[in-house]
Amino acid sequence: MPSMEKIRNFCVIAHIDHGKSTLSDRLLEFTKTIADRDMQDQALDSMDLERERGITIKSHAIQMYYNHNDGEKYTFNLIDTPGHVDFSYEVSRSIAACEGALLLVDASQGIQAQTISNLYLAIEHDLEIIPILNKVDMPSAMIDEVTEQIVDLLGCEEEDVIHASGKTGLGVEEILAAIVDRIPAPTGDPKAPLQALIFDSVFNSFRGAIAYFRIMNGQIRKGDLVRFVNTGKEYKADEIGVLQMDQIPQKMLGTGDVGYIITGIKESKEIKVGDTITHVDNPCEEAIHGFEEVKPMVFAGIFPVDNDDFEDLRDSLEKLQLNDASLVFEPETSVALGFGFRCGFLGMLHLDIIQERLTREFDQNVITTIPNVSYFAYTKKGEKITIHTPTDMPDPTLLDRVEEPIISAQIITKPEYIGNIMTLCMEKRGTLKSQHYLTQYRVELTFDIPLAEIVFDFYDRLKSVTRGYASFDYHPDSYKPADLVKLDIKLNGEPVDALSALVHRTKAEAFGRKICKRLKELLPRQQFVIAIQAAIGAKIIARETISALRKDVTAKCYGGDITRKRKLLEKQKKGKKKMRQVGNVSIPQKAFLDVLKLN
Amino acid sequence: MRSDYLSGDTLQSIYFGGGTPSLLTEKELSAIFNQIYKTFSIEEDAEVTLEANPDDLTPEKVQILKNSPVNRLSIGIQSFFEEDLKAWNRAHTAAEAIACIQRVQDAGFENLTADLIYGATTTPDEHWVENIQRLIDFKIPHLSCYALTVEERTALGHFVRKGRVEAPKDEHAARQFEILMKMMAEHGYDHYEISNFAKSGYYAVHNSSYWKGSHYLGIGPGAHSFNGDSRSWNIANNPKYIKAIRQGKQSGIQLYETEYLTLEQKYNEYILTGLRTIWGCSLEHIRSIKPEFEAHFIQKVQPFVEKNWMQEQAKTFTLTQKGKLLADYISAELFLL
Repeated sequence: MPSMEKIRNFCVIAHIDHGKSTLSDRLLEFTKTIADRDMQDQALDSMDLERERGITIKSHAIQMYYNHNDGEKYTFNLIDTPGHVDFSYEVSRSIAACEGALLLVDASQGIQAQTISNLYLAIEHDLEIIPILNKVDMPSAMIDEVTEQIVDLLGCEEEDVIHASGKTGLGVEEILAAIVDRIPAPTGDPKAPLQALIFDSVFNSFRGAIAYFRIMNGQIRKGDLVRFVNTGKEYKADEIGVLQMDQIPQKMLGTGDVGYIITGIKESKEIKVGDTITHVDNPCEEAIHGFEEVKPMVFAGIFPVDNDDFEDLRDSLEKLQLNDASLVFEPETSVALGFGFRCGFLGMLHLDIIQERLTREFDQNVITTIPNVSYFAYTKKGEKITIHTPTDMPDPTLLDRVEEPIISAQIITKPEYIGNIMTLCMEKRGTLKSQHYLTQYRVELTFDIPLAEIVFDFYDRLKSVTRGYASFDYHPDSYKPADLVKLDIKLNGEPVDALSALVHRTKAEAFGRKICKRLKELLPRQQFVIAIQAAIGAKIIARETISALRKDVTAKCYGGDITRKRKLLEKQKKGKKKMRQVGNVSIPQKAFLDVLKLN
Repeated sequence: MRSDYLSGDTLQSIYFGGGTPSLLTEKELSAIFNQIYKTFSIEEDAEVTLEANPDDLTPEKVQILKNSPVNRLSIGIQSFFEEDLKAWNRAHTAAEAIACIQRVQDAGFENLTADLIYGATTTPDEHWVENIQRLIDFKIPHLSCYALTVEERTALGHFVRKGRVEAPKDEHAARQFEILMKMMAEHGYDHYEISNFAKSGYYAVHNSSYWKGSHYLGIGPGAHSFNGDSRSWNIANNPKYIKAIRQGKQSGIQLYETEYLTLEQKYNEYILTGLRTIWGCSLEHIRSIKPEFEAHFIQKVQPFVEKNWMQEQAKTFTLTQKGKLLADYISAELFLL
């Protein structure tokens, strides 16, 4: 076990695509943590989805050894954090487990909003920041300008910025040396009662849920009886160890160490990121600060395309939940879609990831309904109801008010796009809080915006009004009263519950019109007229009509046409069997999927 | 090679179609007929049809055909208006269309059929009426009229996809189909198949056999054959087809593929083809495929009878004029999967 002075715990702060994974790979290679023959790009991103999208979804931790020029051998713990706003709580816990952070900035891209918000988190936690200018070998690198941005932001010296290239390996040695020289060793009292911070958990089908932790004070031994302070549950430490490319069991871990603990926990729900591990006998006086119950922000219905697959879907969601405790779900029934689940997600990316993992890893064919955020409804009787689905909304006559979540959004862009962004944010019911020039060429705008407005098409719109020159980050801020209405979509007078949505009153008409128009494009013409209506209560606010199919007959039906036509019609009939029926109208699955892509 | 496919039946019709058989020279034509007569026994008054484009029917060609066993010509007129012919890339002009009808009638071909196309954006209703009227005036005894359909992988399909040509509207085609049905009825033509109209005694023998489930043998690349239980289709690639014919099994090429029909498929084909014709679908025939199918049919057909899309007479069901516009939809609804 290394002495505390020889331990360095750090994380890497970077924007997507700024080269975090590649640089991490180089550190692993240089310290021989990973043999060349086992080297695979983005070694730390274990999910295919992470490798493909180039983002880190789960936190990871890995230990490496480094022989410093002072002749001493140091133990490094690299804690890789998720790289997206949806996971900012997890990021904050990973940061809390470190003394230092490598701030990685792409020399041709400059500083992005994501980087800044995570950097602020790191600074708040008193982390030592090592700025690294990455990809300096690229022809498009703007070394001077981006260096200036970094110096302005950190208030450091130009010489403190290390030039690096994950591709060529430039700067790797300098970074490793700087980790020893600049990042402080862990502090803490080895003799104090055990206090360890859980910063992540993983699920292993043989060993159950495994917690990753950092010991702030005290020490832990194999076989100890431990308590998780926030859940109050007690376990025996069946196995503890350190995280290298594999889990290496240890007898004891001390203050400053990063490791894992296996206690036979069956469900990862019991392991809450941010919780504190202590001893049952001689517990610590208080839990580590900053613990929060992660609450889902966005809700959507997930339904199997084929209703027979309902149980399969449940099974798949349960398995996903073992891995991802932030996913919540409960059964939901829809007239249009049958049996499915109301699922809660941390944000839109999280929703996207769950959807994709269901398809890829579990081979599930699903329909996802219009997502909505979580609202609070207050009845005239003074009850407070949490609304996760449009059907939960109390009748307008019983309703006193509704409150919606507001987020604080940071956008970093070029000054020339300020106007466009302001227009977009106003349209999204946002208010500008501050405008701050990071450099002459980069400006940071802070807005308060209802989360519901971000759920729909905000990212795409932001990208298009700034030609991609904007980065975006947000944090939940507060709940504020909102004039919400429940918008129903009706086909020939029959409501399609799966298409109902909660929208702001000022947006209802435009939204209703959009959905009606989109449905008109997506629904196949049928042998009768189809009226598509958007309604608030009994009031129709938008309408489209699909005329009846007047002619559905093949022109030629001779020799070879007969077989071809029969097969075609049989195929169509099979396809139609899979459609959902609302009243007399058949709706293809694809329509449900596509109607939500409103832009 | 497949002379026994029709198990020695006497042939009632011979049909030269697909592509442009009017390109055949006198020698080629007589070689083919010699081979057919040597191989099969042919009914004395068998219908022998040849498809021709107006621009191919030169006076010489007409004479050659007149001296051959061909006794019925199917002429691809399509339209008598230049706007249409140009839009569809036809090689002939409106004037050639008129001249060639006169020429073949003068040569003594009286059993003629002509193709017309309707529903295109280039064809206003007045032109469509005029197209039909011309053929009536020429006393052509048989007409095949097809709604313009935009098929994938055709020039028209490409243009429509690219937005260079406006896609035909089904209201337009539906209205012109109704005009057609009305004019044909007024002039004594029977609407004996969705796209085919004929004076009595002039129903196409050959094409009717497709719809009545008779057996047939297709010769040439891509040609389909049917013997009651199975359908087969020749390889469509021309060089491969020629190689397979010349070298037989040694070529390593399979000349045709065969598919045996299940009872459900037989029933579906009967519904698909039967409903399109004046002969309709009879409960008796459905029972003969499989007795259980009758109940399914009776149950499914009911709503269509109520909507007046179908009618029943002597346990046989046919489409009404309204129903004819939705034949595919109705067939699919009656299908068994």
